[in-house]
Order: sequence, then C-alpha cells, then structure tokens
Amino acid sequence: MTSDTLRDAPVRLSVRGLAKSYDTKRGSVPVIADLTFDVRVGEIACIVGPSGIGKTTLLKCLTGLQSISSGQALIDGRPIDGPPEEMALVFQEYTRSLMPWLTVEKNVRLPLKHLRLPAAEREERIRGALAAVGLAGAESKYPWQLSGGMQQRVAIARAIAYRPEVLVMDEPFASVDAQTRFELEDLCLRIREQFGMTIVVVTHDIDEAVYLSDRVIVLGERPARVTEIIDVDFGGARDQLTTRAVPEFAELRSEVFELIRKAG
Amino acid sequence: MVFTSSIPARTSVARRAGRSGTPRWVLIGTEVLVPIVLLGLWWVSSANSTNTFFPPLQVILERLLQLVQTPTFLVDVGSSLGNLLLSFVLASVIGVLLGAALGLVPALAWFVEPTIHFFRAIPPVALVPIFVSLIGFGNETRILSITLAALFPVLISTMDGIRGTEPTLAMVSRVYRIGWFDRLVSVTLPAASPRILSGMQVSLITAFVVMIASEMLGSSTGLGAATLLAQQSFAIADMWVGILVLGVIGYATTAVFTLFRRRVLRWYLASQQQEKNA
Ligand SMILES: Nc1ncnc2c1ncn2[C@@H]1O[C@H](COP(=O)(O)OP(=O)(O)O)[C@@H](O)[C@H]1O
Ligand SMILES: [Mg+2]
Repeated sequence: MTSDTLRDAPVRLSVRGLAKSYDTKRGSVPVIADLTFDVRVGEIACIVGPSGIGKTTLLKCLTGLQSISSGQALIDGRPIDGPPEEMALVFQEYTRSLMPWLTVEKNVRLPLKHLRLPAAEREERIRGALAAVGLAGAESKYPWQLSGGMQQRVAIARAIAYRPEVLVMDEPFASVDAQTRFELEDLCLRIREQFGMTIVVVTHDIDEAVYLSDRVIVLGERPARVTEIIDVDFGGARDQLTTRAVPEFAELRSEVFELIRKAG
Repeated sequence: MVFTSSIPARTSVARRAGRSGTPRWVLIGTEVLVPIVLLGLWWVSSANSTNTFFPPLQVILERLLQLVQTPTFLVDVGSSLGNLLLSFVLASVIGVLLGAALGLVPALAWFVEPTIHFFRAIPPVALVPIFVSLIGFGNETRILSITLAALFPVLISTMDGIRGTEPTLAMVSRVYRIGWFDRLVSVTLPAASPRILSGMQVSLITAFVVMIASEMLGSSTGLGAATLLAQQSFAIADMWVGILVLGVIGYATTAVFTLFRRRVLRWYLASQQQEKNA
C-alpha cells in the first residue's frame, strides 16, 4: 500500500468539532474543547499529547463508551452513539480488562462467541492471534499468572482475533520490553496490510508514533484541541532499521517532539 | 517476520509458589481429625458420668444405633435434611436471580431495597411464629421460613457483588458487544461470584438455625421437634442423639459447601494467593 492510495481512500473515522466535558460533583469539567480530524480506510493514526490531556477520553468517545458533549464522531458517515460493531478497543488498564476467571485462550474466545463464525475459522483466529503476539503455549494460563507485558499482549490478541475494521488502542505497548514492542509495532503494520484495518493508537513514544503512523495527531492546550496534524509519508512497508534511519524520520520526530513540548 | 515468544510463559515454578505453604492433605486431615479428637475427649470425660443430664457418650451412641433402626427417627432426619437442602437451594436460586436483577437495574433497587433491609433487620428465627400464625403448622411453613431467612444473605451479597463489578470489564463487554445474557452469565456473575458464594455460606448457616427453630415451634416432625420432645419427656439419651445428629448435619453440609466453594472459586483463591506472594 503506498501513501498515495491511502490519501485517496475513503474516510472511515471522522471527528467533527468534538467536545467533551465530564459531569462531576463540582460541576461540568471541560476536557476536550474542539477536535476535528479524519482517519481514512487502512490508515494508522497516532494520537500523542501530554498525559491528562484527554487522549483516553477521546478514545472512549470514538468507541461509543462515553457520550459526546457537542460536535460529532462518525464512522463511515454514521454518528457514533454506542459501541459500533466494527470497532475494538485495547484498554489502557489492560490488567483490569481481562477476565481473571478465564484462561488466556478463553479470554480471546469470549468476544468471538456471538459472531457465529464457522468453528474452524474461530479456532484459527484464536490460534493465529495468540501466535502473532508471541503467546503460543500460554493458552491455558490465567491472566494473573502472567507478567504485565504478557497480559497486555493477551488484550491485543483478543482485539486482533475479533477482526475489527477499526482497531483502537490506548497506549498498548507501554509495559512490554523493547524487542517485543518492535515486534508488536510490525504486527500492527502487518494486520493493516493483511486486513485493510484502520488503526488508531494513543502512544507516548514519539519514535513509535512516527514509525507507525500515516498521520500523527498532536493534542495540546487544556481543554484539548488539535495542535497539529502531521502527515507521515513512509508508505505501507516499513522496517525497524531502515525506516528509522532515513533523515525524514529524524526530522519528523523532532517536529513532533517540539509540538508536544509546547503543548505540555 | 516470524514472531517468537520473547518472554517464556511462567510455568510450574509460579504455580508451585502460588500455592499456600500448607499442603492440601494437612488441611483435609485437620478437618477430619478435629471432630474425631473432640468426640474422643467427650467419650473419655463422660465415661463414668452419673449425671442424668450428661450421660456417657457410649450410652448415647448405643441409643443412636437403636434409633437408626426405627422408621420415625429416619423420617425425622430425612425431613430435617430435606427441608434444609430444599430451602437452601431455593434461597440460593431466588437470591442470585433477584440480587442480579436488583444489582443490574438501579431503579428497581431504589424501589425495593428499603423493604429488603427492613425484613433483613428482623432476626430470622422471629419469622417462624409470624408464618405459623399466618399459614399454620404445615411443612410449607417451615420451608417458607427457612427459605426466607436464608434468602437475605445471598440476595444482598449478590446485589453488592454485581454493583462492585470492575467497571473496565463492563466496558469490555460493551465494546465487544456481548449480549445481555452472555454478559450476565460469562462476565457479571463470575465477577461477582466470590461475594455471592460468601453470601451463600451465611445463608447455609442461617438455614440450619432456622430449620431447627422451625421444628421446635409447634412441629411434630423433624430432628428439632424430636430433640425438644425427648428433653420434655426426660428421654435424655434421645435428646443427646438429636443434638449429636444435628451437629453432624450442620458440620457435614458446611464442609460440602466449603469444598464446592473452593472448587468454583479456584481462580479467585489462587489469584489472591499470587497477589500475596508477589
Ligand atoms: N470519568 C471521569 N470523570 C471526570 N473526570 C475525568 C474522568 N475521566 C477522566 N477525567 C479527567 O479528564 C482528564 C483527561 O483524562 P484522560 O482522558 O485519561 O487523559 P490521558 O489519557 O490523555 O492521560 C483528566 O484530567 C482526568 O482527570
Ligand atoms: Mg490515558
């Protein structure tokens, strides 16, 4: 997939003047002031910004878990007012998002039950997803028997096996080691290639944002606004060594770095 | 690119470390041994007793052997045990269903909860005379009293357990669009199961106490009635047999329930243990 075909792809996710305030005991607290951006079919978009700016809140609005105070979020032109069936979310609190009474394999299986897939396909998806995140052999373990990084990968495997059209992930690689992180980044690129998945990732790792993205959406100010949207034109095929070595990579990462520093 | 698992799965080491230090056979052995030792002490200390109200255990056990051959005694045991188990199962089923409904529908809880807390405040045994005066002395009265008394602990703990479910798990169910029935069976109830089973344990003890009380109040069948009648007619050995058998029933039902709970909550107990070791 080249960046040109991506730029021409239809818009899958559209955020139009989205604002969000939380109702608390001390009244309404505005968290997001005004966000507008698009994510096209098959794109990987990274959302970066200082912590507490409202990235998780934005993802909860996009996945229909939180109501939007004003503006709109649309998927394929439909307003999102509840969790859309073509989306999956990997939660930031991955340890709390797994069922402790189910084994790793059954955790991945649970959301597939109601999809009524042919048995062979269902089993293949479970096996394939667990293998892809490097958890083959851990199927019969319970989440609480695993390290944090492994639990995070179970949550990712569960989302991948569900085969959403739009995969949303909230700091998904935060507690895995560097080597696994690279592998999971490449897994993202590969499932985008293989299934034409649209992927939205919140990350606090600037290198990761540049390496993965077709566009980096930088959030700043409080309540949050879009500071800048940076297009990244490395195309679909990327490589941990060569892509990170090109001069544009360094330029983009200092650009993003500057923007986040100003935003913080 | 081939994905190799860069972190090996933790295996038997973690599992062995996850267990508590005391081996299983010691725990089970203790549970069997302690009552036997107590019975032994009773036997020895009562062997030469001349007190009419405290006959030797030997006399009591001999009387037990005679009584188990009489149909009335067996009917009494069957009636008590039957009422206890039936009422406990009824209370558990109704309690979990009603508790789940109240835990899931706040509007319903807002409406019903004050009534529940009012009835819960009445000591369970005090319910028996109320039912006797309302619907008479039948066996239904006893079942109703036991069931109602045993209902509240499991009902309230189910309600609390469901309300206390990890909110992230609820969000996971919504994101993956798991239907309400699957959500209840595969997410909500398992998440609440540690609390539900604690409530059931209290319900079982309550059911046991109210079972005896219901038989002592104007009933002619059941171990409670037989024991009281024996005491009133100075059949002291018979009275002790009744007390002994009631004790065995109480102990055995609790032991079976503990095993059941341990089995259902294996994941929970093991994860708690893991946390303690970590
Ligand atoms: N449920 C909530 N109710 C009230 N305030 C919230 C809630 N969730 C998050 N917030 C507040 O919204 C702000 C943004 O939070 P969050 O979206 O988690 O930020 P980020 O993911 O960028 O770190 C924070 O100040 C946080 O305290
Ligand atoms: Mg966050």
